[in-house]
Amino acid sequence: MLPNYLTVLVYLLVGIVIGGALLTLGFLLGPKQPDATKSQPYECGFEAFQDARMKFEVRYYLVAILFILFDLEMTFLFPWAVALRRIGWPGFGAMMLFLLVLVVGFLYEWGKGGLEWE
Amino acid sequence: MNSWLNGLLSWFLPHLAGIILVTVVVILSVAYLTYAERKIIGYMQSRLGPNRVGKWGLLQPFADVFKLLLKEIVLPERSSVILFVLAPILAIVPALATWAVIPFAPHVVLANLNAGLIYILALTSIGVYGIILAGWASNSKYALLGAMRSAAQIVSYEIAMGFALIGVVMAARTLNLEAIVRDQSGGIGHWFLIPLLPLFVVYFVSGVAETNRAPFDVAEGESELVAGFHVEYSGTTFAVFFLAEYANMILVSALASTLFLGGWSSPLAGTGIPLLAANGLAWLAAKIAVLLFVFLWLRATFPRYRYDQIMRLGWKVFIPVTLVWLGVESLMIVGRVGPWFRGGLR
Repeated sequence: MLPNYLTVLVYLLVGIVIGGALLTLGFLLGPKQPDATKSQPYECGFEAFQDARMKFEVRYYLVAILFILFDLEMTFLFPWAVALRRIGWPGFGAMMLFLLVLVVGFLYEWGKGGLEWE
Repeated sequence: MNSWLNGLLSWFLPHLAGIILVTVVVILSVAYLTYAERKIIGYMQSRLGPNRVGKWGLLQPFADVFKLLLKEIVLPERSSVILFVLAPILAIVPALATWAVIPFAPHVVLANLNAGLIYILALTSIGVYGIILAGWASNSKYALLGAMRSAAQIVSYEIAMGFALIGVVMAARTLNLEAIVRDQSGGIGHWFLIPLLPLFVVYFVSGVAETNRAPFDVAEGESELVAGFHVEYSGTTFAVFFLAEYANMILVSALASTLFLGGWSSPLAGTGIPLLAANGLAWLAAKIAVLLFVFLWLRATFPRYRYDQIMRLGWKVFIPVTLVWLGVESLMIVGRVGPWFRGGLR
């Protein structure tokens, strides 16, 4: 089993090396003539007039929180799905109860307009 | 000590060779996918597509690569340089390393992980970091807006995608991809596509959204955000993002083939037709090619969705559909009904 995970680790390193090599080649082969206008952030030809790191729409934050909830739910579902046939009706009932709680929360969120974008 | 080192080397070198082989094939496929995209969409719009470099324009991808290598890499003045350069690497690593668990042919897989599906979910989630980091590090308004949109979109569709995967796990009773393919081998009737059709549709459409492809490409919508999170990237830094996006397209197609269309197993297995009934890499490649064609076809056919429509489709259509389908599927399996309950109690 362990060698399989070692392969994964090696593959990750190979990925980093390939990405790094491409970037290095680009830095080595490309010309380097930075000037004041070229290195400004792109803003349709205007001079950039303030820092880009400003406030952003709160809905993105909401989506992120919802994602964490559902993603956690998913991690609970995986072992259940593998074992479903062995745990039978009791397992089925327990998971449906669990999903019910989440669906109630999801519907509440939906009704409150948390999923609306205009 | 020496024999231990020898043992490690004799394990390491063949595996490294395998990894490099797969990676090279993936990168070459990306090169020719860009060619196929331009050619196919060209013909769909009554144009010729690239036809100058080499016969039928076949060398076009290489011309593109050399051009990108020789371009200047512009580092925007107010950017965070380290993060700016790190972002494309974070995008490319998961796009390549996920191939470790894809079974290419019977018993041919780089890493036969028992937790293969979890590994895939974990790695594909890392890709989001590359995007959000790129948008943040650029310190440009368009890049930041594009990155926020991309990240929210990817994260939303990841949920629907994960639920679709759980349907597959229920049917296959394992997270090991090799075993999942084996479970579907023995002809087209055994594919999970049949009992899990809605999940396949959800998975594939989510895959299109996850890779930020048309018609879900608001994040880079040229007409409003210029290029989205990678506006400030040029030369090879841009090329690496591009490589990651296309490698992800191939990956989504490969996963859809593996999980729903029987991977390397032949749809005609068991019919005894010579050659066509044999399992192998060719079938996997054919299935991937068909799905990739659908990717390009979608791009040539549909106008871009609005952002609110994309979020509505993800949250209000796909998540309810997959949740209901998971309930139905598990009910069928526990009740031992129909095509869902297959392969016994194991």
